[in-house]
Amino acid sequence: MKTLRMIALSLLLLATLVSVGASRLAPHDYAAQFREHVDEPPSRAFPLGTDELGRDRFSRLLEASRVSLLCAPAAALIATLIAATAGLAAGYFGGWIDALLSAVMDLFLSLPWLFLLLTLRALLPLNISPAASLAVTFFSLACFGWASGARVVRAGTANLRDAGPILHARAYGCGSLRLLWRHVLPNLRPIIAAQFWILVPVFLLTEANLGLLGLGIMEPLPSLGNMMTELQNYQKIPEAPWILTPAVLLVLIIGSLHFAISEKKTWE
Amino acid sequence: MGMSLRQTVVLFALVWFPVFAESATELRFAIHADPKTFDPLLAEEEVSETIRYLTGGVLIRVNRQTQQLEPELAASWKVLDNARRIDFVLRPNLRFSDGTPFGPVDVVATFRRIMNSDLHSAIADTFRTAGGGITAQVNGPHEVSVTFTQPVAGLEMLFDQLAIAPERSLSNATAVLGPFFLSEYKSGQYVLLRRNPRYWKVDAAGNRLPYLDFVRLDIQSNREAEMLRFRRGELHLVDKVEPDAFQRLSKNMPSAVRNASASLDSEFLWFNQKPDAPLPLHKKRWFQSQLFRQAVSIAINREDIIRLVYRGYAHPAVGPVSAANRFWFNAKLGGAKYDPAAARKLLENDGFHLDGDTLRDREGNKVEFSLITNAGNKTREQIGLIVQQDLAKLGIRLNVLPIEFQSLIERITGSQQYEACLLGFNNVELDPNSQMNIWMSSGTLHAWNPKQIKPTTPWEDEIDRLMEKQHSSVESASRKQAFDRVQQVVVEQQPIVYLVHPDVLVAASPSIRGLEPTPLPPHLYWNIERVSLAALPTRSNE
Repeated sequence: MKTLRMIALSLLLLATLVSVGASRLAPHDYAAQFREHVDEPPSRAFPLGTDELGRDRFSRLLEASRVSLLCAPAAALIATLIAATAGLAAGYFGGWIDALLSAVMDLFLSLPWLFLLLTLRALLPLNISPAASLAVTFFSLACFGWASGARVVRAGTANLRDAGPILHARAYGCGSLRLLWRHVLPNLRPIIAAQFWILVPVFLLTEANLGLLGLGIMEPLPSLGNMMTELQNYQKIPEAPWILTPAVLLVLIIGSLHFAISEKKTWE
Repeated sequence: MGMSLRQTVVLFALVWFPVFAESATELRFAIHADPKTFDPLLAEEEVSETIRYLTGGVLIRVNRQTQQLEPELAASWKVLDNARRIDFVLRPNLRFSDGTPFGPVDVVATFRRIMNSDLHSAIADTFRTAGGGITAQVNGPHEVSVTFTQPVAGLEMLFDQLAIAPERSLSNATAVLGPFFLSEYKSGQYVLLRRNPRYWKVDAAGNRLPYLDFVRLDIQSNREAEMLRFRRGELHLVDKVEPDAFQRLSKNMPSAVRNASASLDSEFLWFNQKPDAPLPLHKKRWFQSQLFRQAVSIAINREDIIRLVYRGYAHPAVGPVSAANRFWFNAKLGGAKYDPAAARKLLENDGFHLDGDTLRDREGNKVEFSLITNAGNKTREQIGLIVQQDLAKLGIRLNVLPIEFQSLIERITGSQQYEACLLGFNNVELDPNSQMNIWMSSGTLHAWNPKQIKPTTPWEDEIDRLMEKQHSSVESASRKQAFDRVQQVVVEQQPIVYLVHPDVLVAASPSIRGLEPTPLPPHLYWNIERVSLAALPTRSNE
């Protein structure tokens, strides 16, 4: 099963490298419309064919993978940092801090985030660039997606708080911040890392869902989400199966993330 | 092993019963929601309008094919007193579907209900707005006159949508004068209409119409599922087919698709010209410049929009009226030809200049603006992207921003926090009187600068005067002349940049006879009484 993990990690590495070098590898500008080559099948000029506006699918997929694969981990990192901070504080200090932070976590978990995103999009200034819309989308995801991770971290911290080594450290006069940083946090690292890896595919899928609703990243900037809106026209799939490529890539990435994370714990 | 006589009879019945059951002809098509009302005077949304059209009897009807008026319940009519009064002679010996005789008292009762200020409905509002105070009176056993306090231009057209109800029960969909009456309704499932045995029309051979026994309207909100059911043969008609699906269906079932040519609808964009809109001054100056608007208009490749977005199933828009509107379309207008070089020239004349790839105005401001449209509408999002690329060739940076529909409406009608907007207009009326609210500068739908106290520009003042003139005149030639000029001013000034008129794409089972699809709604079943199903068996009533 180690092989499977290696394959997953290799795929993730390849996807990351391709994402980073997307602009060099892309044969065309992702937004360029070749209006005389609409809905064409794969060819030498257009390796994955063209879409309804004559845009090169391959170039768009490269850019989309960059957008999605770089932004989803960035958003997951922000969300994990918030989750770790809130979870540690709530679990370690307890009392009114725990009550307050837990209430905030519950609030965020119960928020209808889809409507909040709708409202947020409506409130944004009109002349924002696609890049800004990308940043706003993923930052919003980070802001709305930290609460479940914070609960897990809180529970882990609460368990550790009265553990022997922590009590010893406290008895030796170790301050709270040092205790958290040097003793609690290292013990929670696997939990926090798992939260990060869980959030990456969650954000990838959420962006894809937002794209399907027309709320994701602003066109003409592609993302895996807005590229997959083509699949709503499912009758097109038998005639042009290459339109499935973004979905296949998404499944491969999420599958790879899963095996890369869970392999060690489950099979080794 | 031999069968007894009883077994033989049972077997015979089992084999032949479905055939007998299927001998009743039932036409099936989909409606996309539950009807909100069965009261013909309250029908406003598409579904209730469909039922009103199939069940209601009207005095005069617009023939959707010829676009001419034709007598229905009224055998003849005469417009008198400078279009303040219309006298009808009703057909004798007509009965409602429940057997009640039809006469002038029913017409009078229908008008009495319309004039009731408690009745809030589109058709009542149309009559009240057009005619002020309305009185209807019986003039004889078959004669009735309707009098308005002011002249009404296009008076007869109003009667096309007014279903006459029986005096004793005015809001009843089971006592009707149309070809079908309401037989059964199951919420969320279907509306079943049954043939009106007392319908007055007969065909050339003297057979009583309608030919169909039932019309079943299946409630099916999902358009994809509707197409799937049509392909399976479960539905006979699809009143609106998307270009993609139409193209696919043309390959697989060529005999089932019909293109009724350009519709009355249009897709367009406009710039916010409201003087007090919360926009930078330099942007207001661009949007209020005729040359800027003209340049944008001719920089947009409408043929590409048609080819890429509509798969060829649309017509380039010249102005506000589609050529499908035979009488009111101004055929002398020249089309907005795609000409980026001419667009550049117009912008130069207006003080704009290119700085590398970027267009700047005379003060050096980068020309960049946003175009909002409703999120989730793929057609408009694609049009926006084509316009974006076309304007990029002039150095204009356009941000296409699909936003949630309610937020969009609030921006264009309330806060005015938008720069340009891409929307469409679903037009069902031929007469320009229905567009008064759009073209009058005081109108709430005067998109680019609504609710003006007095016209801001001389050309809006001219449009106001022309619209008033066509509204108050009763001579069609003079009305036509005035509205032709309105169209010309709109094309010259481009307050609204018209892009395309989408085609009316429909699908009908090859087993249907008598269909005459038209650009006017209802596109497929406007002559439902003459529609029949060929020998192919249909499903029985479930």
